[in-house]
This record gives sequence, structure tokens and C-alpha cells, in this order.
Amino acid sequence: MALRNAAFRLLANSQKCATALTPRAQGTVSAQHKDAEEVSKPSSKPSKVTFDWRDALNLEGQLTEEEVMIRDSFRDYCQEKLMPRILMANRHEHFHREIVSEMGELGVLGPTIKGYGCAGTSYVAYGLIAREVERVDSGYRSVMSVQSSLVMHPINAYGTEAQKEKYLPRLARGEILGCFGLTEPNHGSDPSSMETKAKYNSSSGTFSISGAKTWITNSPVADIAVVWAKCEDSKVRGFILERGMKGLSTPKIEGKFSLRASVTGMILMDEVEVPQENLLPNVSGLAGPFGCLNNARYGIAWGALGAAEFCFHAARQYTLDRIQFGVPLARNQLMQKKMADMLTEITIGLQSCLALGRLIDEKKAAPEMISMLKRNSCGKALDIARQARDMLGGNGIADEYHIIRHVMNLEAVNTYEGTHDIHALILGRAITGLQSFTVGK
Amino acid sequence: MQIYKSGVVTDGVKHSMNPFCEIAVEEAVKLKEKKLIKEVVAVSCGPQQAQETIRTALAMGADRGIHVEVTGKDYEHLGPLQVSKIFAALAKKEEAQLVILGKQAIDDDCNQTGQMTAALLDWPQGTFASEVTLEGDKIKVVREIDGGLETIKINTPAVVTADLRLNTPRYATLPNIMKAKKKKIANMKPADLGVDVAPRLEVLKVEEPPQREAGVKVETVEDLVARLKDTGRI
Repeated sequence: MALRNAAFRLLANSQKCATALTPRAQGTVSAQHKDAEEVSKPSSKPSKVTFDWRDALNLEGQLTEEEVMIRDSFRDYCQEKLMPRILMANRHEHFHREIVSEMGELGVLGPTIKGYGCAGTSYVAYGLIAREVERVDSGYRSVMSVQSSLVMHPINAYGTEAQKEKYLPRLARGEILGCFGLTEPNHGSDPSSMETKAKYNSSSGTFSISGAKTWITNSPVADIAVVWAKCEDSKVRGFILERGMKGLSTPKIEGKFSLRASVTGMILMDEVEVPQENLLPNVSGLAGPFGCLNNARYGIAWGALGAAEFCFHAARQYTLDRIQFGVPLARNQLMQKKMADMLTEITIGLQSCLALGRLIDEKKAAPEMISMLKRNSCGKALDIARQARDMLGGNGIADEYHIIRHVMNLEAVNTYEGTHDIHALILGRAITGLQSFTVGK
Repeated sequence: MQIYKSGVVTDGVKHSMNPFCEIAVEEAVKLKEKKLIKEVVAVSCGPQQAQETIRTALAMGADRGIHVEVTGKDYEHLGPLQVSKIFAALAKKEEAQLVILGKQAIDDDCNQTGQMTAALLDWPQGTFASEVTLEGDKIKVVREIDGGLETIKINTPAVVTADLRLNTPRYATLPNIMKAKKKKIANMKPADLGVDVAPRLEVLKVEEPPQREAGVKVETVEDLVARLKDTGRI
């Protein structure tokens, strides 16, 4: 078969059509023997339900046909177009800006927004999309989350009609790339004490914004930035800054060992003049940024489990292939216990994400629900990735086996968008009615 | 998947569009985008699940679908002859100018449906197409053959079968998948088209290829030649 793409698709499709081909293609002798032994006649009774470790609680059966098609189409793209790039992208810390345009073409950016060139699909579909992209790499999923939930969402939820018309279609196509500026060098978990200030100048009708934001995904190459600054009335508001504005610079953060396939930097603002029409008028206070973060956190809850699934499947295959002491590693109890734990957490996690997605689509979800699942998915996924790394032994530290990359990435994923501990405090406050973020009260 | 003596059990096995047919759908959608054809109708014969495959074609850009329902024992024994009769009847009914399909299905590898359909309709055929160009009321088809590439020009209406290098099928985009929900899929049975799907072939048995056996080491060339003669290889 000559042409790479079509040939790959053919192979992938034949694996979809006939699961019996899979063991043969991957060369596991044990599985092949098992299939040959099952020579049983078809019966007229309803087909026996068999356990499928790939989908233990039949998530597939709970999705609509449309959601399945969306997931399948995007999964093909991720496996065929993103997976081949990620090894070198991560190794050499190179961000492929093209993937944003490619994802734009597929219509997966800002997928839940209605109108403005966006698909207007369900939150469950958004979750499925995030899971497929993070199965390849958390850095790629971060880029997608930022664009969809942290840039397109605030403009759609809090912006004027003119702002929506101006920015959303181009963001949806991936023509322009955005970033989200909330975190500061001295204020991460504590955004309410941010030092970035916006001063209104009535004679020019502009805001003068000064301050520094850090750990900003996309910022070094972003075309626009949604920056949150404290105004003179002490209220936090959102502003759309554009590359080229005087006083705005976006240096890259070097020496990252996590999310290397996406580029991260700072947003430095030295009295940047922002026209009045770039203010997001329909929100003030921290409700603005938190609304965006909750939107992104939901996608991350799904996404992290995609990374965990990759690590689980990869560790399973490796331990089936690798023979030590005359038997596959997978024959050992310690290995099987680890895999049983992985299977359980991933399966339960996905069910909870589906339940949450359906609630969000029915407009019956509260932020604490999202906190709970973001925290759970990220914490469990990090643990699964680490266990999987261990199961691969020495090979587990080589990026060719991909798992170590997920381990490194999930450290950041567990931390950003609200650390594991901070989400615990959000839940603790909801459980007890007592806040434990600050001392003294 | 289970294999029993007279067939393959496909319960619970996920099915998807035949890859060569995907290439055919892509070519049809491309022709429509170039405004060379008016409408793309996606057709599939089979049980209820065939509708999912039609919807994938709609998501790629086909305008409407036709699902010819064939179930149970009829479906188990559905082969190229029956399918071509259905396609021929539909092509006449819909007054199609071009029938394009994959060169072969990857489950049975028959490579017969396109050719039989053309014969039943008495239409020209351009098979194993790696390039299709509409030129007025004729079609230029570049075919992949053993010796290389053969270019032919055929009259329309015609049947074309798609080979691997004809194009690279697009990924269905989100907006198109959602639009596909609203496109119509008509339902009918073979009897509605006056087609009898009774099988003309009887499957005697189905078995897996024999397990690969270990090789045998021999000491000398004479031994090797003797062995090969013994087993009838030379």
C-alpha cells in the first residue's frame, strides 16, 4: 500500500471492522490462540453480554449517534495527524501552530458556541473531543481548551455583538490564536489580589493597563489576549488586547519540562493603551474569569482521562509483549492489580464526566461539580500515568513509548486551572459552609 | 469475533464504511463541490446499522441517502450479484448519470459489484480508478492495472470503482456531522425495486487459516532437496 494516509486509514478501518485482526496485527500469541478456540455455534438466545475492558460500563451505548460520529471523526484526525507529530514536537519543544488551523477546519474550536461559525454542539461532545486530543498530548489539548473555553467563551458570554462578530469567526477557524491572562507571578491560586491595574483615561476613551501575567499558554505566538485587570473601583474586568499594541510583550518561558508541545509565556504590559470598545462589558468581578475556568475545567476532566486511557492501554500492551522469566509481564499479579485499578478509575471517571456533561447541557450544573471532577480526573490520571511508567521499566523513561511524556504533562494539568488542593478547598467550603482559603476568619 | 463452521458471527462487532467506498464518497463530494454534478445520493444495503454508514456519507457531504433494508438470513447471504441488481434498479429509478463505488469490500474482497452493476445496466465501466475527470458527456478514467496506468474515455451514464490513490477522504467536520442529522434517508426493501435477493451461492465451510507450524532444520543441501521433493514442493 503506497499512500501513507489512506493506507493507515485502511488498516485502522479494518481493525475497527474486525477485532480479531487486532491481536494478529500486534503479534500477541496468547490472544490469537484464544480466538481460534472459540468455535461456538450462534444461538437464538439474546447475545451474552461480555465484559469489554476498553469500555467497561458501555459508555458507547450512552452516547447519541451524533456524539459517536463526532468522536470517531475527531479520533481519526488525532491518531492520523497529531500522533505522528508529537514525539519530535515534545522532544524539541516545538509548537505546531498549524494544528490550530487544522482543528479550526474540523470545526472543533469553540464547539459549544451557537453561531459565529461555530458548531453549536453539546457539552458532552466537547468532552469527547477533549478526551481524544489529550489521548495524544495534554499540550495540544491545552491549546484547544485555551482557544475554546478561555478566549472564545468569554467573548461570547461577556462581549458585545461587535466584538463577537470581529473575533469569534476568526478564532473558530483558527485564523487567529488567543490566550488568557489571569495568573500573575505573585498571584496564582489567589487571583483576587492581582496587581495588574487598568486606569481609565476619559480624554482618550482608553484604558491604560500595566502589570505582568505568567504561565500563559499560547502567549508568545498569540494574536489576541483576554487579560483580567483590576479597575479603579477595585473590580476585576476583562480586556481584549491585540498584538502590536504599544507596551505589550509576550516573552517565552524557557526550561519547561511539561506541556512542551505547546508554547507558554508571560504577558508583560507597560501602560498598554486599550480602546474602550475592547472592554468586555457584560461581567465584572471574579465571576468573569471563573466562568471561563469552569468551562475549561470541564473539558480537562474528560481530557485527563484520555491521557490516562492511553497510558493504561500502552502499559497493557507492553506487559503482554514483554517476556521475563519465561512469561509475559502481564501474567504477574502485581501488574494485573495495577491494571485493575487503572481500569476502575478510568471507567468510573468517564461515567461521572458523562453525567456532568448531560447536567451542563440541561443547565443543571453547579461549579463545585466541575471542581470535583476536574480534581478527580487529574489526580487519578497522574497516578495512572506514573504507575504505567513504572510498569514499562527502563523503557518507561524513553519518550518513544510516550508514557513519560504524559507523566510530565499531567503534573501541569493537575496543577493548572485550580490545583488539586484548591479544588479540595472549594469542595470543603461547600461541604461545611466554612471557607478555608484564608487565615484569620 | 467468533468463527464457526459456516460463517463469521458479527454480533457486537463494530462496523464502519468500507475504506474504498469512503474514497468513492469523497470523489463524489469533490465533484459536487466543483459544481460538475448536481446531487450525491449515498446508498447502502443491509440491516438497521447500515443507516450509520449512510449518515457518515451524509456528514462527508452527500445530499441524501437511500437505505435498502436487508436483514437476517437474506443479509447473511447477500452478495455482489444481489447488490448489483439493487444498484442497477436504483440507478434507473433515480436516473443517475454516475454510479461510483469502492473497487472491493474489505470483508469479502470480491471486486465484483461495480462490474456486475455496469453489466446489468449495460453501461460502460471505469474500474480501479486513480483519477476521474468529467469531460462534457464523457468521463476520462485513469485506471491502475498490473502494468501501470491505463487511461480510458467512457460515455455517461457510467459506473466507476474507486481505487486507493483516487483521493484522501476528508474527516467529517463537526458542523457537517450536525447538518447530516437533517438530511433525509429514504427506506425501501429489495422487493420494492423488484429485486430477488435469494442467494445463488452456498457457503460450504469457513475455516481459519492453519496455525503456522514450526520450521524444520536440515543439515545438508541434499537433505533440503529431499525434503522439498517429499512434500511435493518441487
